[in-house]
Amino acid sequence: MKDSFLYIENVSKSFDDVKALDNVSLAINKSELFSLLGSSGCGKSTLLRIIAGFEKPDSGKIFLDGEDITDLPAYKRPLNIMFQSYALFPHLNVSNNIAFGLKEDRLDKKEIENRTSEIINLLELKGLEKRKIDEISGGQQQRVALARCLVKKPKLLLLDEPLAALDKKLRIQTQFELVNLQYKLGITFIIVTHDQEEAMSLSDRMAIMQEGSILQIGNPVEVYEKPNNEYIAKFIGTANIINIQKHQTKNNFFLSSELGIEIESSENKLSSKCLIRPEKINITKSTMDKKINQENSCKGIVKEVAYLGSYTKYLIQSKSYQFYVFQTNNFISENLNIKWDDVVDCSWNKEAIFLL
Amino acid sequence: MLSKLKNYKFWFVFTPYFWLVAFFFIPLAIILKISFSVSEWGMPPYKDILEINNSGDFILNITSGNYAFIFSDFFYLKSYLNSLSLAFTSTLICLIIGYPIAFYVAKSKPKIRNLLLILLIIPFWTSFLLRVYAWKVLLQGNGILNLMLIKLGFISEPLSLLYNHYAVILGVVYTYLPFMILPLYGYLVKFDLRLIDAANDLGSRKINTFFKVILPLSLPGIIAGCMLVFIPVVGEFVIPELLGGSDKLYFGKIIWDEFFVNRDWPVASALAMSGILFLIVPIVIFQMSYSKYNFKNE
Repeated sequence: MKDSFLYIENVSKSFDDVKALDNVSLAINKSELFSLLGSSGCGKSTLLRIIAGFEKPDSGKIFLDGEDITDLPAYKRPLNIMFQSYALFPHLNVSNNIAFGLKEDRLDKKEIENRTSEIINLLELKGLEKRKIDEISGGQQQRVALARCLVKKPKLLLLDEPLAALDKKLRIQTQFELVNLQYKLGITFIIVTHDQEEAMSLSDRMAIMQEGSILQIGNPVEVYEKPNNEYIAKFIGTANIINIQKHQTKNNFFLSSELGIEIESSENKLSSKCLIRPEKINITKSTMDKKINQENSCKGIVKEVAYLGSYTKYLIQSKSYQFYVFQTNNFISENLNIKWDDVVDCSWNKEAIFLL
Repeated sequence: MLSKLKNYKFWFVFTPYFWLVAFFFIPLAIILKISFSVSEWGMPPYKDILEINNSGDFILNITSGNYAFIFSDFFYLKSYLNSLSLAFTSTLICLIIGYPIAFYVAKSKPKIRNLLLILLIIPFWTSFLLRVYAWKVLLQGNGILNLMLIKLGFISEPLSLLYNHYAVILGVVYTYLPFMILPLYGYLVKFDLRLIDAANDLGSRKINTFFKVILPLSLPGIIAGCMLVFIPVVGEFVIPELLGGSDKLYFGKIIWDEFFVNRDWPVASALAMSGILFLIVPIVIFQMSYSKYNFKNE
């Protein structure tokens, strides 16, 4: 673990009596785009500030590229942070903002000029060099903030909610730009975000945090398909959580619920709940003559229909359960006839059931 | 209805201007007039500028002699320079003491911040004269300070702390410190602390962060605070009168003496007008060049 690019070892931090980080360990690889995801107050920002060197951990160590940087002051750390508010200097123009860090490093004038103009070209800020910070748009400010970090060629770039201040259209465009830039430069990125979609679309791997602890680390597919617990299942995407009972026939264990879930369980699993993602359930209008398969299917009543263009959301009531079904609108128009209070047949594959 | 509203707005906007004209420009014009008139015994102690004598001729009593007189006597210039140096020294001391206080108050938690602000303003609830008199009591020969120093064995004889220009500086700094702190606070409280983190992250040590980020961004507050201290201190006469001695004479006190002791209103007015002129011209030039600098740099 210590040979990973960034290694956080048993870091704890409390503010007054509130534990912000509780014995967190994390290993991040070189050139990885890693996200720290969690709702506000989960400790992700504290962790970022500790990595940046603004806060000292109460205990634990931080290693960057094999070097212990736990006691290194922020100005000596070979990493940079892009703030959510960008924290650009309002008394300096665009190019002086970008050159600030290089001047602080006392590089010679020629090199400062070269590197500044290089990054200005890379981030398409040409022509804005002499502008004041409040004379450029939010998207441009975001790129200046990025340029100000990248011009220092950091080993690690920390981004605190990098897209939160942008409007939705610009955010999606910038997401792709950020990924491309990271790929092109090969710098390790750590992104802090509360937006699970953003984390899913940006990251190679992500860590989900809650109350100062890391609940799960994995790539977006693992986290979505195989969440460690109910909290993550609900936090990432929409989750149908269904209670299950365990029973035994002869020498096999079965897990079932009143909803018709029926799967074989080879070991004596302790799960009492399972997850079925809404897009993994099929629904069709119930027809009297059509006999439905007993296993992994059920009849239900449509409570809500929300047509969202590319897919439609249904809320289905079946026995004591209400669950969501997302159906892609891929030219199979028969589903479009499903209306409120219709009786529908729901079915799913065994593989769609994930035991929590 | 509309005309009523218009009327209301008119009064709302122009009341300050009326105030300014009635209580600033007109008195100033009167002083200007007196400064060019000829002194005489009587009430008021100067001749009217325009007189009609018995034969019905107009007589113009205008003289530049008052100005010629004050500029010919080095005594007046020296007192003005004394006042400038007092203002300069005490402004600098106020800035050095006031900046950290303003920074601390601005950066403390909102609850504590309000308490600290109230503590700053509390002295204003007591009369200014009373507060300066209090210093007299503290500093005098058998005052608390001397007694304490004697009890602690630092000195055997009481020091003469009062009636010199150091006592004046002390009194001025004490009185004017809030006028430095409050505008500074106003700018520093808006200061985004993340800028300090950002500078730090970009490789800036604390001292560099102060000079390259914090100081330039609080410059308008520094200028406002310095103006608020410097300008009134140049004309200050109560504090030198109460705490000062004969070692240095200050401009404000000279004007007071000319008005009320010598009863030479024209010379006193000429002094007041020259004082204003010497103070205002540099400040206007400074303001103009500063706003130009601001426009280019920010």
